Amino acid sequence: MEIHVIHYLIISTVMMFCGIYGFFTRRNLLALLISVELMLNATNINFAVFNRYLFPDQLEGHFFSLFGIAIAAAETAVAIAIIINVYRNVKQVLTDDITDLKG
Amino acid sequence: MNILSLFVLIPLLMLLGLWIARNLNQVRGVMVAGSTLLLILSAYLTVSYIGLRNAGATDEMLFTDSISWYAPLHICYSVGVDGISVVMLLLSAIIVFTGTFASWKLQPLTKEYFLWFTLLSTGVFGFFISTDLFTMFMFYEVALIPMYLLIGVWGSGRKEYAAMKLTLMLMGGSAFLLIGILGIYYGAGAETMNVLEIANKYIPTEIQRIFFPAVFLGFGVLGALFPFHTWSPDGHASAPTAVSMLHAGVLMKLGGYGCFRVAMYLMPTGAAIWGDLFLILTTISVVYGAFSAVVQTDLKYINAYSSVSHCGLVLFALLMMTRVSATGAILQMLSHGLMTALFFALIGMIYGRTHTRDIRQLSGLMKIMPFLAVGYVIAGLANLGLPGLSGFIAEMTVFVGSFQHTDSFHRICTIIATTSIVITAVYILRVVGKILYGTCKNPEHLKLTDATWDERFAVICLIVAVAGLGLAPYWVSNVISSSVEPIISQLSF
Amino acid sequence: MDYTILILALPALSFLVLALAGMKMSHRVAGMLGTLSLGIVAVLSYMTAFSYFTAERTSEGVYPTLEPWNFEWLPFTSSLHIDMGILLDPISVMMLVVISTVSLMVHIYSFGYMKGEVGFQRYYAFLSLFTFSMLGLVVATNIFQMYVFWELVGVSSYLLIGFYYTKPEAIAASKKAFIVTRFADLGFLIGILIYGYYMNTFTFTPTEEQLMHAGMVLPWALGLMFVGGAGKSAMFPLHIWLPDAMEGPTPVSALIHAATMVVAGVYLVARMFPLFIGFAPNALHMVAYVGAFTAFYAAAVACAQSDIKRVLAFSTISQIGFMMVALGVCTAADPHEGGLGYMAGMFHLFTHAMFKALLFLGAGCIIHAVHSNEMETMGGLRKYMPITHITFLIACLAIAGIPPFSGFFSKDEILTACFQFSPVIGWVMTIIAGMTAFYMFRLYYGIFWGKENKELHEHHTPHESPLSMTFPLMFLALITLVAGFIPFGHYVSSNGHAYDIHLDWSVAGTSIVVAVIAIALATWMYAREKQPVAEMLAKRFSTLHRAAYRRFYMDEIWMFVTKRIIFRCISTPLAWFDRHVVDQFMNFMAWSTNAAGESAQPIQNGRIQSYTQWFLGGIVVLTIILLIF
Repeated sequence: MEIHVIHYLIISTVMMFCGIYGFFTRRNLLALLISVELMLNATNINFAVFNRYLFPDQLEGHFFSLFGIAIAAAETAVAIAIIINVYRNVKQVLTDDITDLKG
Repeated sequence: MNILSLFVLIPLLMLLGLWIARNLNQVRGVMVAGSTLLLILSAYLTVSYIGLRNAGATDEMLFTDSISWYAPLHICYSVGVDGISVVMLLLSAIIVFTGTFASWKLQPLTKEYFLWFTLLSTGVFGFFISTDLFTMFMFYEVALIPMYLLIGVWGSGRKEYAAMKLTLMLMGGSAFLLIGILGIYYGAGAETMNVLEIANKYIPTEIQRIFFPAVFLGFGVLGALFPFHTWSPDGHASAPTAVSMLHAGVLMKLGGYGCFRVAMYLMPTGAAIWGDLFLILTTISVVYGAFSAVVQTDLKYINAYSSVSHCGLVLFALLMMTRVSATGAILQMLSHGLMTALFFALIGMIYGRTHTRDIRQLSGLMKIMPFLAVGYVIAGLANLGLPGLSGFIAEMTVFVGSFQHTDSFHRICTIIATTSIVITAVYILRVVGKILYGTCKNPEHLKLTDATWDERFAVICLIVAVAGLGLAPYWVSNVISSSVEPIISQLSF
Repeated sequence: MDYTILILALPALSFLVLALAGMKMSHRVAGMLGTLSLGIVAVLSYMTAFSYFTAERTSEGVYPTLEPWNFEWLPFTSSLHIDMGILLDPISVMMLVVISTVSLMVHIYSFGYMKGEVGFQRYYAFLSLFTFSMLGLVVATNIFQMYVFWELVGVSSYLLIGFYYTKPEAIAASKKAFIVTRFADLGFLIGILIYGYYMNTFTFTPTEEQLMHAGMVLPWALGLMFVGGAGKSAMFPLHIWLPDAMEGPTPVSALIHAATMVVAGVYLVARMFPLFIGFAPNALHMVAYVGAFTAFYAAAVACAQSDIKRVLAFSTISQIGFMMVALGVCTAADPHEGGLGYMAGMFHLFTHAMFKALLFLGAGCIIHAVHSNEMETMGGLRKYMPITHITFLIACLAIAGIPPFSGFFSKDEILTACFQFSPVIGWVMTIIAGMTAFYMFRLYYGIFWGKENKELHEHHTPHESPLSMTFPLMFLALITLVAGFIPFGHYVSSNGHAYDIHLDWSVAGTSIVVAVIAIALATWMYAREKQPVAEMLAKRFSTLHRAAYRRFYMDEIWMFVTKRIIFRCISTPLAWFDRHVVDQFMNFMAWSTNAAGESAQPIQNGRIQSYTQWFLGGIVVLTIILLIF
């Protein structure tokens, strides 16, 4: 069986919606972060796949994937740092319970 | 520098002075110096204005000047005065001056109070000297905003509610006003914001039909036009003395002045189309305000409704669009400004002693505070139009002028409006009989004292102004009447 | 006659001085100041009258109309403006004499009467103000000046009625007086507005052209002006303020509510007389009917009052009715015959002012002596107060129309004029004249004869008043004695020509007989200690008597109109409407803005997930839209 573009897209769509579902339903900040990572990686896959299949002689998609990975890494680092700090301060990582800064 | 710019500059310097003032005496010093200077300046302006006119100056506005401010929209800082603005400036200066003395002992936050008070006066003076639509609007807003704080912070009773209501209703009005001003600007070809220049341009009938009510209503809200007058009773009742004086005495005049100078002058066709409808509303204002005042029990409410009636008469006379009635309207603004200021000053002084304004709880004050009581009677008599005081000449000019209208509908409205003089007598005498005459029933009140020197000074100044205008109206009437002429000639077809 | 300005300036000045500095003065100085200035005014008025009436008549045989002063006070248009000035013609000069005489007498009298009162200076200040306004009214050069001073006399009357401002009745009375006359003045004002609009002038003598222009509207204008006059002159049904106005000090009642201000309405009609007679004869006759009814009504009420000042008040109303009738029955037919009423009315105004002031001042002496207005506290006072008694009797005889007292002559002329107009009016007025004689002598006997209230008089023996009070009485009584012989028609007549008063003995004889019968009846009923007839009649017709005593319930009707209709049915609902409909609408606007904000608020709940849900939803919707189109 030949692996076509549609198969990649199915995987990335599933990842995307898993991420969205996770983002909507989870209250744990770490779970949210993982969901965001899922969504980001779904798009990264799309970038790479479209570039590979539709415009094989160009490289922009790959660059964008790399950018995405870099940003995701940075974002994760910052987010984890924030989450750890939040946890240190309020002993909680659930969004519903972190309401101290709400007006 | 143009002499008129001083009217804005002096209050600004006063603001600066107040800001650096360190103690109460310095604050008072700045206020007295500044307001005296303004009074002298306006008197000087009046004299030199009359001098120039007698010397044969025929321009519509004198002392004109214009500095471009934002050229793409033709916004200029342009100033100029005619007879109407001159008397309005004089009125404002008198009231700011006496208002300073009426709030002599105001506590707390005296400095902040006077800061806002002066800012308000800046707006008022700026409005009357401007001839540029945008500048006018800007000063108008400058005059309105401090009102919120002055009532909200230094007021009494339901002050937050009253301040909020007043500000919101007047801001609603100025929203209409802004639309209207833009309508005029673009209707006249988007070439100038100057009132005098727009007056010579043609604004299409359709534009006038749409934007006349916007401008007239915008200013009419401030002129207590029925049914947009309800901010007035609450606002006056809650405001501190000097703010009531300034508000009823000057700020409400901005409404009438604006209706005349902007709405009717620039959009005569619109005035002709909408005139009858607004005339009915103002006739209602006149009679309705008077009748409503009859049953009020709070002194300030009585006066506020009386103001609705009298300011209604201003708009009423303007809409009659004859030269005499318009002169009467301006005279009525002047006279109402002075006597309402007097009234509010006296009410404030009585309230400051008795801590109640309910007429059912006051009685026999004539024996206890004769000076204030006599002042109150004089204010009342001026209000009900006693010859020799200012109310009479204003009302008579309005009635005679309105009755000169050739249309019988207008004359019938005039007759309806004249009934207000009887009703006025009813509510004034009711109050005088209840609170001043008789014997004092409240033993607490027996210990109260009469007016202090600063209060006497404010009251006497206003009484002299009221009586002076009432006894010798000739020159005021002439000055106004010749300035009304060009505006009325736009309106007659 | 430039000095006439002083006639106005002096009282005005004395008012200012007394009002501003009066409190610093002693009573004596303040009183002297007011009296002195009035004395000068009186002398000047007599001089004016003397030089005016002795001056040459013009070639047409009339006295010239002089305007020594006139300046523009408030301009409206080129032709309409309020002028202030002095107009001298026979009636205004006559009024100057009347006002300054009575006012001077009242000033002197008040020295005794108001002695030691709190606010003595204020009292004299107000008297000066009143005199100034009244003089300004009569010398007005135009209708608007008249209105200006008309309002001023109204206010001075208000201030003087409310002089005892701690007394609730006085406060109510002053308020009522002002508001009722103000209501009538509204008619006056509208009349002036119509007059000014159609004639384009405020002067009393419009040109032919202006009159043509006014045409049919003129009677309306004049009729409305008469409404104002009816208010001041207490014509039915606007008379209700006058009896209550008796709450003021008695000398004030003598000056304002008997002699001068209340005849302002008569003066107004006389002032507008040429227009009335020429263009609105029907309006003029309406004046006569109103006057006749008022005269009858007031005479009937006066028969049943027990407060002596009230009796005099109603008598005043009735006598003013006589004057109005006299003016109203004039016709344009023949100047001397048809215009007789004009002369008669003015003559009666003159004589009435003197003897009615005398009556009031006499009543003041009596009240001063017994400290009450009620007749039951009096009786038999002739022993204690001889001067008051004699002068009061003279005045009573004058008002009853007994020769040779002044009232006889003027009333006789009025009756003659009435008979010429219509016998019905003539007889009606004769009967009212009889009623006048009856109630005046009822009053006279009730005070000076009749049953003495011994208990009270032993407790506090009545005494004659001091000279300051009796002198004005004697002076006015003297005038009352001789005034009838003044050849009044020489000076004042409808067309200005001299006119000899001649008594029509058929009319005069009838009226004397009627008056004598009425006096005899009063003597029979009231002169003795016991008054069985009067009591029997009062009992027999108790409903009528009570109705007359309560003034036929006119006050109740007015109270109903003012309290119920204006207060309850108009003002209260309007105020409610304002607070609960207009204001609530504004509040509703504010509330709905607020509510809109409130209802939009839950969307902004701060949960990132719900935001993203909305975000996703938006993307889905947009995608669908893009896919479809």
